[in-house]
Amino acid sequence: MNAPVITGMAVVAPTGQSLDQHWSSVLAGRSGIRPIDRFDPASYPVRVAGQVENYVARGTMPSRFVRETDRFTQMGLSAAQAALQDAALDPAELPEYAVAVVTASSSGGTEFGQKEMERLYQHGPSWVSPYQSIAWFYAATSGQISIRHGTKGPAGVLCAEQAGGLDAVALARRLVRDEVKAAIVGGTDASLCPYGLTAQLTSGRLSTVNEPEHAYRPFDASAAGYVPGEGGAMLIVEPAAEAERRGARIHGTVLGHAAGFDPAPWTGRPSALRRTMERALDDAGIGPRDVDVVFADGMAVPADDADEARAIGEVFGGGGVPVTVPKALTGRLHAGGGGLDLVTALLAIRHGCVPHTAATTSVPGSYDLDLVLDEPRPHTVRHAMVLARGHGGFVSAVVLGA
Amino acid sequence: MGRAVITGMGVLAPGGVGRDAFWKLLAGGQSATRTLTMFDPAPFRSQLAAEVDFDPRAAGLTERETRRMDRAAQFAVVCTREALTDSGLDLSGVDPARVGVSLGSAVGCTISLEEEYRVLSDEGRQWLVDHTYGVPHLYGYMVPSTLATEVAWQAGAEGPVQLVSTGCTSGLDAVGMGARLIEEGSADIVIAGATDAPLSPITYACFDAIKATSVNNDDPEHASRPFDARRDGIVLGEGAAILVLEEESAARARGARIQAELVGYGQRNNAFHMTGLRPDGREMAEAIRVALREARLDPTAVDYINAHGSGTKQNDRHETAAFKDSLGDHARRVPISSIKSMVGHSLGAIGSIELAACVLALEHQVVPPTANLHVPDPECDLDYVPLVARDHRMNVILNVGSGFGGFQTAVLLAAPGAVRP
Repeated sequence: MNAPVITGMAVVAPTGQSLDQHWSSVLAGRSGIRPIDRFDPASYPVRVAGQVENYVARGTMPSRFVRETDRFTQMGLSAAQAALQDAALDPAELPEYAVAVVTASSSGGTEFGQKEMERLYQHGPSWVSPYQSIAWFYAATSGQISIRHGTKGPAGVLCAEQAGGLDAVALARRLVRDEVKAAIVGGTDASLCPYGLTAQLTSGRLSTVNEPEHAYRPFDASAAGYVPGEGGAMLIVEPAAEAERRGARIHGTVLGHAAGFDPAPWTGRPSALRRTMERALDDAGIGPRDVDVVFADGMAVPADDADEARAIGEVFGGGGVPVTVPKALTGRLHAGGGGLDLVTALLAIRHGCVPHTAATTSVPGSYDLDLVLDEPRPHTVRHAMVLARGHGGFVSAVVLGA
Repeated sequence: MGRAVITGMGVLAPGGVGRDAFWKLLAGGQSATRTLTMFDPAPFRSQLAAEVDFDPRAAGLTERETRRMDRAAQFAVVCTREALTDSGLDLSGVDPARVGVSLGSAVGCTISLEEEYRVLSDEGRQWLVDHTYGVPHLYGYMVPSTLATEVAWQAGAEGPVQLVSTGCTSGLDAVGMGARLIEEGSADIVIAGATDAPLSPITYACFDAIKATSVNNDDPEHASRPFDARRDGIVLGEGAAILVLEEESAARARGARIQAELVGYGQRNNAFHMTGLRPDGREMAEAIRVALREARLDPTAVDYINAHGSGTKQNDRHETAAFKDSLGDHARRVPISSIKSMVGHSLGAIGSIELAACVLALEHQVVPPTANLHVPDPECDLDYVPLVARDHRMNVILNVGSGFGGFQTAVLLAAPGAVRP
């Protein structure tokens, strides 16, 4: 069975709102982490975040979509449309139920929700927007994309925090294998409002370093937590035969996936990372030596980094594979992170170049990791593995092929 | 390819805790809807609810668990324990990597998110909420995936774990997608189901704002009236149901009591409107056809339809049309009912609660009625089993759902051994 292929991709990310912009930022190590400007962050210990500069929804989509949605859904709608354009795919040209939509959502329409709760408690129930129910729930983006593009196939919504974007692609792959001719898939998040940031602070994993270039340093000896970000990516997945039939340009193939779950912290059992990577390789039908780069999760919390470095070493051998964490330039995008990493990996395949982990300068020797540092590394990429870990224990791995 | 069967069930629904109380309510045609008690309903247009009388400590949760978990997580964990006990599974002998979770929830940890917001914002006075008072679990409330985390911890699951959030079809999709994990070989056992505890002021304000909820505040026990000409909207509810899914041959090998088989799952989107439904029911009909095709069943094989029956005019007409479109003449012969008339509409949870009802209907060979259906809507001219439960021979049950976002889902359950060898 030919693996499903990726024929379209688009980003709305702190590193750019086009593939070219994103890739040039990644190669140049140009960070999208900046002082928070959507509200005054002075009273918070975290004052920087990965922000999508000059993102404008109004005028780029029918105005009712802007009025009815939170920023996270607007970004999803923008990316979905751009991904369809990139794929040169018009869902209207396919049979009525042939296109699926799958999105990951990590925390829904947080900013919209905070505004409406403020109205409720300051003014009363009659002040709450009729769009609150459909703007802040987790299914908002899948529903709105289906409406905008008239897609009537299966519509899925998965929540697994940062791991959700990869799980969504796995679900899209299943739908493409089983029944549909195309899937619009990805995820976005935009929780950079005061309540969203406050909630994230309680995870205990946020960096309180407030110089943007030093705040988020995955696998660095001085790693002190992660920086949150907003945005994400959308992709178009099709059966190989369908892509061939319509002469589509192929960015890469979805070769394998596995999902696992870390045992409860009090059990003392090992994390699911190693096993999940191994199962993803099995699913892809390749061995560890076939993998040319690993896009690591890179939490930048020392215990998590050590755990991930160990698992990568166990699967690929110490220093056995180039590892990179381009999300150091964007912060963690939660539901948007998996999709963005996949796009970056597909660009690495296209350009034969592994981007570096720009913010990291010194990796502890005990990690025994070939982390790509300082500058991009020219390197033929036939197979890339993308890893993600979601708050609470979610682990997901996708293997992409050229 | 593996096949998924149901070997255990736990349910927490309005009207009584546990499977027996649940069935007694349904078989008796009793309504658990009442005037909202969880907070002062006075400011709201709709003041009705189907609440679960739930004491987390009496249900076996520790003080720590009770503090950590949102009410929706508490429901899910209590149901997981009941379902695992019911299944007779001994998980100590099972590879945790082969155990998965597929949990549905439409609105996650709404109650906790709202309560914490009120404190941190000083009742909405501060846009720049005070982070210094954030409780340690606040991020866990913001990401609904925490509900699946709690269930995974409870079951010791280390395989694929997913939180499915397709609005009001979440509870059907979570079970349908849980079955897929078994069919594709990603897991041998899946804890599948859904939970929602949405009864909070913001939820009432949301539904008030779109006038989707019933305002029959003077007659709370009879307010949820699907298919009745006088119905005036949803009665919000809460609850959870968890099913233990196992790969059929493994379940047989361990001598498990197979309660039902999952034989078909179809999902479509109407691409029409976030909350609106077209009267022709076209996409729901297609979801039903997809499920029948997967099960290799004719429409005439369907012995009972557990309807979405939310109690809005547009829904009742939408799905009546969908049944006629997908089942043809058989739609006029098959009994149809909505348990939302009795347990209200618990958003993402209700699909799994309905599947639990369907398993019990198969076990008892009794169709639960549509309570409060006294005045038939002439536009809804099928057999909705009004008021009184009915003895009925059933092998195959169709359960459908419809959700904000345009989601349309159909699940087919069959009695063990009835339709596949």
